[in-house]
Amino acid sequence: MLRWILGGRESHGAVEKSPVLCIGEEQPQNWFTELQVLKGHFDIVRFLVQIDDFRCASAGDDGLIFVWNVETGEKLLELRGHSQQITALTTLTCTTEDATHTSLISASSDRTLSLWDPDTGNRVQTISDLQSSVKCLLVLERLCVWVSGAAELCVWNKDFQLQCQRHNQSDTGITSMIELPKNCIAAAMDKEIVIYRLTVSTDFSLSMAEMRCLSDHQDNIRALILVDDGLFASGSHVGELILWDSTDWNILAYEHILWEESQADTQSEIRLTAPKPSEMSIQHLTTNGKLILAAVGSGLYVYSVWTKAVVAYRRVAHDSNILHTMLLSDSELMSCSEDGSLRMWEMQDLPLPAEPASPGFFGMWSFGRSGKAPVPPTKKIMELPSVRTLELTGDLIGHSGAVQMFLSFGEMGLVTCSTDHLLILWKNRERQSHLRSLALFKKLEDNDGLGHSVF
Amino acid sequence: MIGSPDVVAFTKEEENGETNADSWALPEEFSVPLNPHVNSNPWAKTSFAKFTKDFILISEFSEQVGPQPLLTIPDDPKVCGTFDLNYFSLRIMSVDYQASFVGHPPGSGYPRLSFVEDSRVVLGDSKEGAFAYVHHLTLYDLEARGFVRPFCMAYVSADERKIMMQFEELSRRFSQASECLKTGNRRAFAKELQRKLRDLEYTRSVLQKEEGLQREAGPQGIYSAHVVEKANELANVEKSIYEHRDLLRQISLYPCRPRRDPHAATCRKCITDCLSESKELLDKYVTLDDPLKPNYTYRGERVEDGGSQDGESRGKKEDEEEGVEGVGRRSSYTPQLIKAKPAKCFDKRLKTLQELCDQTFYEATVELLKETERSFRGDLCYLHTRRLDRALRRKQQITNFLFEEDLGEDDKEGGGSIRLFCAVNHTVDNNRLACPPIVLCPQPLELNVLDLASETSHTQGSDLRPGGSQLESSPSDQTLETHESSEETKCSFSSDRSVEGQVEGDQSLASMKSVPADPDLTFDPDLTPEQDLTIDMERQSTSEEAETTAGEDEVENGGDVTPLSLLDSELDASRGDECEEQGEKRCADGTVTKPELSAPLDTACCMAQEGFLYEASLREDVEPGLRSSSYPPPPHSLVVKQEPQATLPLQGDYAVGSPHSESPTAGFDLPAGPHGDAVSRCSAEEGSDCTMSASTGSDRAASPLGYGGVMTLRQRKKAAQGALRFVRQYPFALQALWCLLSGRTLVVLGTDEGRVRRLVSALALFVPAPGRCSERVQPWLSCPFNLTDLQRWKLIGLQRVASPAGSNMLYSLSRYSRYISILDVDQKTLRCPPYRGRLLANIADHRTCLRRGSTYFLHVQSALSGLAARAFLLTFTHHLHLPVSSQEGPEAAEGRRRGFLEEQLGLGEEDGQILLYLSGLVSQRYLQPDMGAAAAPSFSFTYTTSVLYKI
Repeated sequence: MLRWILGGRESHGAVEKSPVLCIGEEQPQNWFTELQVLKGHFDIVRFLVQIDDFRCASAGDDGLIFVWNVETGEKLLELRGHSQQITALTTLTCTTEDATHTSLISASSDRTLSLWDPDTGNRVQTISDLQSSVKCLLVLERLCVWVSGAAELCVWNKDFQLQCQRHNQSDTGITSMIELPKNCIAAAMDKEIVIYRLTVSTDFSLSMAEMRCLSDHQDNIRALILVDDGLFASGSHVGELILWDSTDWNILAYEHILWEESQADTQSEIRLTAPKPSEMSIQHLTTNGKLILAAVGSGLYVYSVWTKAVVAYRRVAHDSNILHTMLLSDSELMSCSEDGSLRMWEMQDLPLPAEPASPGFFGMWSFGRSGKAPVPPTKKIMELPSVRTLELTGDLIGHSGAVQMFLSFGEMGLVTCSTDHLLILWKNRERQSHLRSLALFKKLEDNDGLGHSVF
Repeated sequence: MIGSPDVVAFTKEEENGETNADSWALPEEFSVPLNPHVNSNPWAKTSFAKFTKDFILISEFSEQVGPQPLLTIPDDPKVCGTFDLNYFSLRIMSVDYQASFVGHPPGSGYPRLSFVEDSRVVLGDSKEGAFAYVHHLTLYDLEARGFVRPFCMAYVSADERKIMMQFEELSRRFSQASECLKTGNRRAFAKELQRKLRDLEYTRSVLQKEEGLQREAGPQGIYSAHVVEKANELANVEKSIYEHRDLLRQISLYPCRPRRDPHAATCRKCITDCLSESKELLDKYVTLDDPLKPNYTYRGERVEDGGSQDGESRGKKEDEEEGVEGVGRRSSYTPQLIKAKPAKCFDKRLKTLQELCDQTFYEATVELLKETERSFRGDLCYLHTRRLDRALRRKQQITNFLFEEDLGEDDKEGGGSIRLFCAVNHTVDNNRLACPPIVLCPQPLELNVLDLASETSHTQGSDLRPGGSQLESSPSDQTLETHESSEETKCSFSSDRSVEGQVEGDQSLASMKSVPADPDLTFDPDLTPEQDLTIDMERQSTSEEAETTAGEDEVENGGDVTPLSLLDSELDASRGDECEEQGEKRCADGTVTKPELSAPLDTACCMAQEGFLYEASLREDVEPGLRSSSYPPPPHSLVVKQEPQATLPLQGDYAVGSPHSESPTAGFDLPAGPHGDAVSRCSAEEGSDCTMSASTGSDRAASPLGYGGVMTLRQRKKAAQGALRFVRQYPFALQALWCLLSGRTLVVLGTDEGRVRRLVSALALFVPAPGRCSERVQPWLSCPFNLTDLQRWKLIGLQRVASPAGSNMLYSLSRYSRYISILDVDQKTLRCPPYRGRLLANIADHRTCLRRGSTYFLHVQSALSGLAARAFLLTFTHHLHLPVSSQEGPEAAEGRRRGFLEEQLGLGEEDGQILLYLSGLVSQRYLQPDMGAAAAPSFSFTYTTSVLYKI
């Protein structure tokens, strides 16, 4: 376990405005050269959910859910029904023999849950009069049920029938949930993670039992993710990152992230300020199975699952708190923040001050980064604390408010949603103009030349 | 007495049967005439004319004093100079075209109205140096000899060729005016008839009473001479009543005549309206039968035989008449006794033209003629070039939106004639609905007129037209408005004020015009039968046939039986239909050539040969022309290739698309608004290469902020002056123009509002696809902007604020700096990506020798249309975008595209960006012509470093 506290909590000194990280206008690697502004919401847009290859749904504080065609930027449907802000949105996929059908489940502060058909816009099911508003939703594909987390934990089947229910003592209720192996659920509430197990009895009725309560966090748990089958991770408000074994629920690693106050480090930048709790808060965690990316305050922190060590970090990645992150590949990542921008990063090897270590040593690192080889990971502890750096490769500026979330559709583009009520669809102009050309010549053919064009 | 005027020879040469053999050859419309006047000095002829400008003369052949001039348009004595209008009236009226047929035709008991068709003649007076297109028409007047009053309208010009070459257009427009007059006249005539009828009825009843009294007073069975005289008088009155009833019937039948006038455009709405209205009328008669009953009884007690006769005739009478009487009974009009002896011919005062026609119709006609006069200002060269320009632009509809958005105006004009007819027509509707009656300027018409997509779009355009006045509103207003930064903003910029103004204008017009119209309604409840008299404008005959209605049967026979079909009787109804069809076709797409006019014309109207040579081939040309342009024409084909004569095919198009200088959207047209007379005259002069007059009365033109609405030509030229100044003043003008043309939003930052606005209006010339009302330009903004604003506006004038609010703005400037270029007016700096291309060097030459805005404007226009043409080529060349074989990847097409730009067009990286941007706009427009698609518009940009240019 690597403790990485290099600064003291004592110095709650002057907090200076962090230097603005600016890449400038020349961004050759940034291929988002076209954008479309999608209007419709009239309040903060908080959630984006991918429905299929070309559709996504957005929801926000206005209680509206819109279904968008990401290819064209068209608004396909408006799902109206909730009277208050949407608190959770997720997809529910039903797979039958011939087709898979995706529906949307939404939860709102008006204490209702709704099931929507994103093809027709129909509100298929509604549950109202819940005791508390649902804060998170989790679909358990294997059991064909879904779970809503609020002050109580409810398990529903796909026909919106309550299967079982469990009340909690906590005030705040469940803030996030993940699915664990062996029909277990980890639910985060306050500073604890509670493990529940669902059991299917012989008459197909479900029952739920609390298995364990993990209370190792010092502060409220902000993020909870499943890393892989054997591992899940949680992050707290004070910057604790804990890796748990997902079967026996033991701590595998404990990382307390406190930005160092002053340290002659190999990092290119040095902070001289003391951390505030909010600056240490783990806002968001994301993983690709090998790396965990934690958004800590306005900084980014890449943690390797194998080495249980920090691989790269950037203490001031944004001007303000980071709200959402994504690992695009083993070396590329994205983050969006309250400062209204979305930034793209690349993990690059630091130019080593001296001659590089032995080729074998170096090669192992590169393997760890690319992760292509199926060789089992060597659990060798690295002596170098951090050998890579996060370099800004591009940023997307467009929103005038905090970027709440983003969703990548691969080469088709990227959707961002923001406090300024807008969604922006970022695209590649080359690709779009190619598509337009295709459409143009298609239309030309349909119209039988220009002569018949309608103007 | 009068020497016969030299009627100018006009014959039509046989259409050369050669079709467009080579479909790849450049269509004739694209070619530019080298010089239509190879041998002659176009100005030579005008030298000895006694008038300075063309004018329109309206004369009448008065039965009392002979030919006399009534009115000239423009109504300015200076125009005619020393030209003897009286003498000229004499000459033009002496072409006595009408064998007017009056009196009792054999086999008929009643006098017949002659339905004389208009005639069109070109004649000249070489001594006076005057030539004229003369349009004769007759109006009905109950008091006139034979009920007809001959009139003529003449377009007088010193240039014979001008009249010859504009013959069709002149004919079309004068036909419209004539129709308008005649419609009003029929209305007035019918009204007069009804009044007269009532007088007669009243007289009869009085006479009957007197006669009855006398008969009772006298001894039985013996009639005194006095009684006999009374009886004769009564008989005369009754005869007169029948005659007048018959006249009324005849005049009501007028619309049912077969129409052969190819000028009389039909519109569906008119037809349906007509039908529905006649149906309505029929219904009305049915209901009116009952209220008549008391009348019967009342009359029945008067005279028995009179009553029976009445009843008998009533059975035979037309419905209309009953209706007339029925309605007439309730009128507030007090009938007057009619003297047995009519007044002497020379004692009575003849009605004036205004009285003969309804006031509204008269005004509409004068308005039409004024417009005609305006649109024919300038010499033939100018008219011709303008027409050519317009025709060329019409052919390039796909790219016109880039820099010549106002073309839509021409499309609209395509249906001009139709609209005008409808205008008059729908006046009737309006009258009934007590709406503003006749308004012959395009904007209000669109509110009620049928037409098509082009029109609706135009309506939007004019609705959204932000007024210059709004733009002058205080910045704070706009701050609030723009803060919304969404659709609302757009609305707020499309000032209500201009729209309001328009509405007000309409209303005032309405109130003004409904004054004479309304009394009619109250005064004449017998309006009902008249309505169908006035709906008839759809079809009017042009032929020289003087057609007399000899009863319904003959009418149904298409008038072939008419005794006086002097000319061209083979022109039958089917022909008329054909023409009508063509008229409709023309109505639909505006570009199709006019229907064949020549046949009905050639007998009476003589004209120079060249005029109509090309109609057939032209019609052939239009389609292939368009189609062949879907493939890239070889570059050399843009070269001038034409013999002078062939310039005239455009005539066809022109006949359709006549300029409406009235329209506020007439950007390229003569910008003569209702209040813009000076402007229009001025621009006409400019067009014909006269000196630009320095002062205009129009504050619209004087305002440097004129771009909010649709810019007029004059405003554009003024803007071009500003642009020229900018180019000469700033060495980095090149870069600024490049930013605009490559789609990077340019922010003009400055403290002084006037300066910023001036610069913005100058630079707005270079904004591609600015939108009809320059929606892509924001002249003055005083609040921070956001991304949506950048997406919407391509050119923004921004206020530099020193206050804390200014820091907000600076923040947005720096935040979005990657999307914008900043032209700082105060510091005289430009921050934008570096541009090193040569494409724009031509239009942004720091050391240009051009001195005048209008010259520079034309220069810029030609350069920009060159760009648009290249963008068109780039957009629609398949292999530049898509792989030609399945083995190829997208890179191959990409490579070809780059090769095309670099090698074939010789453009560097940055110049290529201009074309790519323009091409993107073209394809976007092609894919979504309406722009109001479901999907939001996309906004593309590049990530490049900017540099700071200083003086």
